[in-house]
Amino acid sequence: MINVLMLVFIMTLFVCSTAGRLRTFIKVIALQGVLLFGFFLVQLNEINTANLILLLLETIIIKAIAIPYFLEYLIKKNKLTREAEPYISNFSSIFIFTCANLVLFFLANTIKGGIFQNIFFVGSISTIFTGFYLIILRHKIITNVIGFIIIENGVVVLSLTVGNEMPMLVNLGILLDIFVTVLVLGIFANKLGDVFKEGEVDQLIKLRD
Amino acid sequence: MALIIYLTASVIFILGIIIFRKKVTDYAFTILFLSAQWGFAIYEYYNQNIVQLDYFTPDAIGLIFLFVLNIVGTTSIFYSFIYFQHNNDAQRARSIYFAALLTLITSLSAAYLANHIAILWIFVELTTLSSSILIYHNRTEKSLEATWKYLFISSLSVALIFIGIQFLGLAVQQAKLSGMFFPDLYKNAARLDEFWLKAAFLLVFTGFTVKAGLAPMYTVGIDAKDKAPTPAAAIFSSAIMNVGFLGIFRMFEIMSKTTVYHWASIVVIISAAISVLISASYMVRVKRFKRMLAYSSIEHMGIIMLGMAMGGIGYYGAILQTILHSLAKSSLFYQCGSIFRVMNSKFIKDSGNYFELNTFGSVIVILGFFIITAMPPSGLFVSEFMIFRSMFEANYLWLMIIMLVLLSFIIWSMGENLFKLLFGKSENLQINADSKRISFFETLPQLLLLAGSVYLGFYPPPFLHNLIKQALVNLQ
Repeated sequence: MINVLMLVFIMTLFVCSTAGRLRTFIKVIALQGVLLFGFFLVQLNEINTANLILLLLETIIIKAIAIPYFLEYLIKKNKLTREAEPYISNFSSIFIFTCANLVLFFLANTIKGGIFQNIFFVGSISTIFTGFYLIILRHKIITNVIGFIIIENGVVVLSLTVGNEMPMLVNLGILLDIFVTVLVLGIFANKLGDVFKEGEVDQLIKLRD
Repeated sequence: MALIIYLTASVIFILGIIIFRKKVTDYAFTILFLSAQWGFAIYEYYNQNIVQLDYFTPDAIGLIFLFVLNIVGTTSIFYSFIYFQHNNDAQRARSIYFAALLTLITSLSAAYLANHIAILWIFVELTTLSSSILIYHNRTEKSLEATWKYLFISSLSVALIFIGIQFLGLAVQQAKLSGMFFPDLYKNAARLDEFWLKAAFLLVFTGFTVKAGLAPMYTVGIDAKDKAPTPAAAIFSSAIMNVGFLGIFRMFEIMSKTTVYHWASIVVIISAAISVLISASYMVRVKRFKRMLAYSSIEHMGIIMLGMAMGGIGYYGAILQTILHSLAKSSLFYQCGSIFRVMNSKFIKDSGNYFELNTFGSVIVILGFFIITAMPPSGLFVSEFMIFRSMFEANYLWLMIIMLVLLSFIIWSMGENLFKLLFGKSENLQINADSKRISFFETLPQLLLLAGSVYLGFYPPPFLHNLIKQALVNLQ
């Protein structure tokens, strides 16, 4: 079950690496939110009500509903229906991406030693890589935000591997922080959209020595 | 208990400012907040090393930075009042500014005292959010750009820190331990797995460089200090850099107990040396006063980190230098506010003849120049001397010579720019006739800060000396 979920998750990353339309990214993020909830449900053996509520809040409510809805609003308001133009073609993009993932999984399989055998660990590294990849190789401001959200999803998967026993209160703080960060990023992306109509990262070059 | 009172009071004052949005309430709540802040700091000083609310411990290093924050925060609020007297921003913008400033000070205080690595992370992220609002204060295109860059790169770096924390958690878990509290981590560091420790250190270090102002993530900090109003820039250049330093310091304490300590100090040396190099090369061609001061901060943080990496007397020198640099640099940033008001320009090329226009301010500029470049009457001379001595003792003579050459470049270009401001002639001076007269009392706090940085360097009072000694207990 876990492997199936993880495979779907990694497939969403492949979609990200080639996606053209901004709406696709939003759908992918929403799907990732649902998948994260699935991970938690399968992974955690004993779950108490408070934790379940927290997880529901974190994955379904925030990651799968609130953030995609907010991004949708941003895209509509700034009329960013145009496709997110990558710096390199889709074919080379998916080629690089496949190679990177192959190398990652191959390496993880050859290294003997607990954690690398864990599919969550490898998946999370792949997710974080995708996020950085999107940030570096796309030049819309909104795709930067999307890349950031994907990195955060990767971090959540990573925390599942580590299974860290961070106390509930700490988890709540982290969750709130991430949500507010995405919100503030969105607000400023919106303002940038008002000032720089194209919403391209290349326009941000005024500050330099 | 005091912590709950302090945090609730801060939240109430901040909400009060946002809700009422009047000049009177802004002032009243800010002054109330300041008294709460000082009361809190003094209470914490007398309750050292007592765990509060499970997640906060006022240990020596946290207390040192808390007091530095209190001094810089108080003066920053004073200069914010002056800043708003001479700017006709909308009342809404002012209230948002004060609310963000108080949020920043509160989250910095909490971050200094946090004893759990994730709690430190949470409050560091909060400082990013509140400082981005301060950078955006002027609502120009450029400030928007600076805000976006700062917010985005800081958030990414903070995400890197979080990945590092997860790796550290992995190491803790593999060693069959539990708890991510700093005291536990210091105690059990030797049992943690080397690979994960290295990975965690790299990520946490890289993440905190955005706050500390070191290579590789220093760039957004420069833009932030350039675009934020001067009182806020003073906090960016002191208290926020200190929180970055604190994050690296705490991680360094963990590393110092392990076999990878030498490796970690080499990582720090590389980053620090590159930072000084970057600072020196940009300083030569810098065009704006605030950016010049921001690059100077990067140089100082580089030297501080060299002291940390060298060990021995360098540890003491590093902490002393963070304190003195915070005081001296914030004073220069406040003076920058006066310079902009007189000169009506932020550019070095549009300035000159400041000595006649504002003599007392010029004295601050001259004193500040000598103090920030660590020339002998300056307290920073003492701390830099300690750091260079530690480099000598650690057999890094070649690095020391390179650093000294780079420092002389920095002194030369800073001197050139500042003396151009004082005595130079410029074709296009656009002197602001209204604000020619800058009152004595407006400049006095700057003099006090500079004097403080000299005094603390030469005669650190016993309580400060003890605090620094205690802060280094884990490193020796």
